[in-house]
Amino acid sequence: MAYKTILSGQTFSFSSVKEVLAKANEEKSGDKLAGIAAASDIERVAAKEVLAGMTLSVLRENPVVPYEIDDVTRINQDGIHEYTYNKIKNWTVSDLREWILDYKTTENDLRSISRALTAEIVAGVTKLMTNLDLVYASNKMMVPARCNTTIGLRGTLATRLQPNHTVDNVEGITASLFEGLSYGCGDALIGLNPVNDTVSSLSEVLKRFDEIKNEYEIPTQICVLGHITTQIEAVKKGAPADMIFQSIAGSQKGNEAFGFTTDTILEARELLKKKGTSAGPNVLYFETGEGSELSSDSHYGADELTMEARCYAYARYFQPFMVNTVVGFIGPEYLYDSKQVIRAGLEDHFMAKLSGVPMGCDCCYTNHMQADQNDLECLTMLLGMAGVNYILGVPGTDDIMLNYQSNAFHDVSAVRELLNKRPIHEFEKWLERWGIMENGRLTARAGDPTIFTKKKR
Amino acid sequence: MNEREIQTVIEAVIKEIMEKKAPPRTAAPVSASAASMMPAPPSAAPSEPSGRLVDVRKDKPVPPPETLPAPKKSVKTQEELAADNGILIDNPEDMGALIRMKTYTSARIGVGKAGPRLRTKTLLKLRADHAAARDAVFTDPDPALIRSLNLPEYKTLCKDKNEFLTRPDLGRQIEKSELEKLAAAAGKNKDVLIYASDGLSSTAINRNLSNILPVLTEGLTGKGLKLAAPFFLKYGRVGAMDRIGEATGAAVVCVLLGERPGLATAESMSAYIAYKPTVGMPEARRTVVSNIHKGGTAAVEAGAYICDIIETIYKSGASGVDLRREFGK
Repeated sequence: MAYKTILSGQTFSFSSVKEVLAKANEEKSGDKLAGIAAASDIERVAAKEVLAGMTLSVLRENPVVPYEIDDVTRINQDGIHEYTYNKIKNWTVSDLREWILDYKTTENDLRSISRALTAEIVAGVTKLMTNLDLVYASNKMMVPARCNTTIGLRGTLATRLQPNHTVDNVEGITASLFEGLSYGCGDALIGLNPVNDTVSSLSEVLKRFDEIKNEYEIPTQICVLGHITTQIEAVKKGAPADMIFQSIAGSQKGNEAFGFTTDTILEARELLKKKGTSAGPNVLYFETGEGSELSSDSHYGADELTMEARCYAYARYFQPFMVNTVVGFIGPEYLYDSKQVIRAGLEDHFMAKLSGVPMGCDCCYTNHMQADQNDLECLTMLLGMAGVNYILGVPGTDDIMLNYQSNAFHDVSAVRELLNKRPIHEFEKWLERWGIMENGRLTARAGDPTIFTKKKR
Repeated sequence: MNEREIQTVIEAVIKEIMEKKAPPRTAAPVSASAASMMPAPPSAAPSEPSGRLVDVRKDKPVPPPETLPAPKKSVKTQEELAADNGILIDNPEDMGALIRMKTYTSARIGVGKAGPRLRTKTLLKLRADHAAARDAVFTDPDPALIRSLNLPEYKTLCKDKNEFLTRPDLGRQIEKSELEKLAAAAGKNKDVLIYASDGLSSTAINRNLSNILPVLTEGLTGKGLKLAAPFFLKYGRVGAMDRIGEATGAAVVCVLLGERPGLATAESMSAYIAYKPTVGMPEARRTVVSNIHKGGTAAVEAGAYICDIIETIYKSGASGVDLRREFGK
């Protein structure tokens, strides 16, 4: 079936919903690389026009990856709340956009509609949103989750403390960890990306994290982000873990390229329910990023935004504690410059929240893309306004292991002050006990990692 | 001596002990098995210190200060110790512990703050490191260098740097006539073909190529291997070596390529080596020697090591994981 519109005297015709979605996407280098982007700005707007008039049922009935061959589609479609869906299925995408933005639509309304939306519907409405729309709408919805502490409550902004090291040296990791804690980071998670994806290496770091968490009585979560199967083995052998992590994709084929299946994630969750060191119930951590499906040739000709929306549809099935897009990590062939990265960061955050996923963002960039620290800080402030659950913190913006730049440990404090936000409540109390924070601001004592090398308070 | 003076003496001693213990910053050559895996992180890793991060004075008792032959001149103040160690915190509670922490990691810790923001020195150092990394990616290698090494220059299908960055597929392809020209000039069916390519760091080419290339050509000729004439390929990705291998019929192809720069170094080069590479072959068939730069494995040292690897690959007729299997037999 063809989808047509006339714009500026030209007739534009699209042969499928997938093509409309792809061409309606804001400009992304990854869609050009895939050969599916709009050929011109006017064609892009024509596709948006068609999309705006499309009913939600058309989007639901045309998933970009067929139901029969893909468990991400099946999990999404089978999990739809049919009662609510039937009430909105004849809305157009334009109707949905205006309903989301309407003053009368409350946070509760938005949370109630989540399970009536498929990923393609979420992606569709995102393509009609401006950046301010995305920030404004996102700020209407908070999505909390609980592991040892509760993340995502209104008025809080948390951080994942990322103390990476070039050779996983436990003392070096601990040094960065103390530095980060002294700046008030680490309330979402103390989480390491390991160099060595082995059971023994993961266990060694987890053991250190667990010791520090217990010795200093830090109300937070710990995780070491090895491959999910390595983490499962480590926990089975007795390693202390609050959460298990995995990078996920928006198609079964993409997830298989990552080396896991849906059963693997369910196994991890069941394992943590019995042997994990956290209270739960939310014990999983996922990372995503626009373009990852294209990089493993598992995008089925769909655009990177729609594939990203499918990650969130998949993620919500497992009720994770935290999910974040690593938005500027993938490289310029997928997101070319700061404009595309900022846009993608706002889109991803909005789509996750609308899908009902507790969402954070690794605001970041690599050295081979057209972006710098100024751009990253802009995205951080925008996401702060949008009510993001957490951002990252690394020593002085420089991740010495992954070779990219993210937020400095310092950044979260400035954003919290500007937007009148606080750390997760129990963690703030802990910071106050250590004399790191007072009335929501860092003290003179903050920023000295050696306060933790003396005896505990 | 008052308490403060005693403290500074102790810290000076601790620092001295640690300087003596500091391991040399050289990276071990990549082993043949490790070499077929992903490139290692670029910064040279010091060998691992042991022991927990605790107050060093409790951990390692030092002799009482009065027995130390410490002339007053060499005693450093808290401020001087901080400056020597790149510490920007005004009055850390435990300078000895902080100095020790910094020996365990190259992460930017102990940087202090201005309000909730970075101090100016930290900020400008970051900007300088990022600028060096960006220049490595976005500029071209020095043409005078390429000329001085007598390297003919060829190009992939990318028409400029932006296209190179956004179209990895084009950076793996070479126009047919260009490829024929290249093959004719380099010589067909040789034992070994070595070429250089900018990849993601022109600085890596500028800093390392003139040191590594002569070691390779002389070393391999000395081993009795017949070499194709080396050249430079502009806007090249790793996979271009497969097309070059097919077009020239060389037994072993080795590309010296600039790696994506980090803030720690923008000069890192890798050598990707494959036995009779073909388009579409598994990536695991490449042997990789990474981290070639002055702070990692120096170019001359790496060159000698790569000569041996290439000889092994040539003789066994296998590279990458296949080579490992070959060794396993």
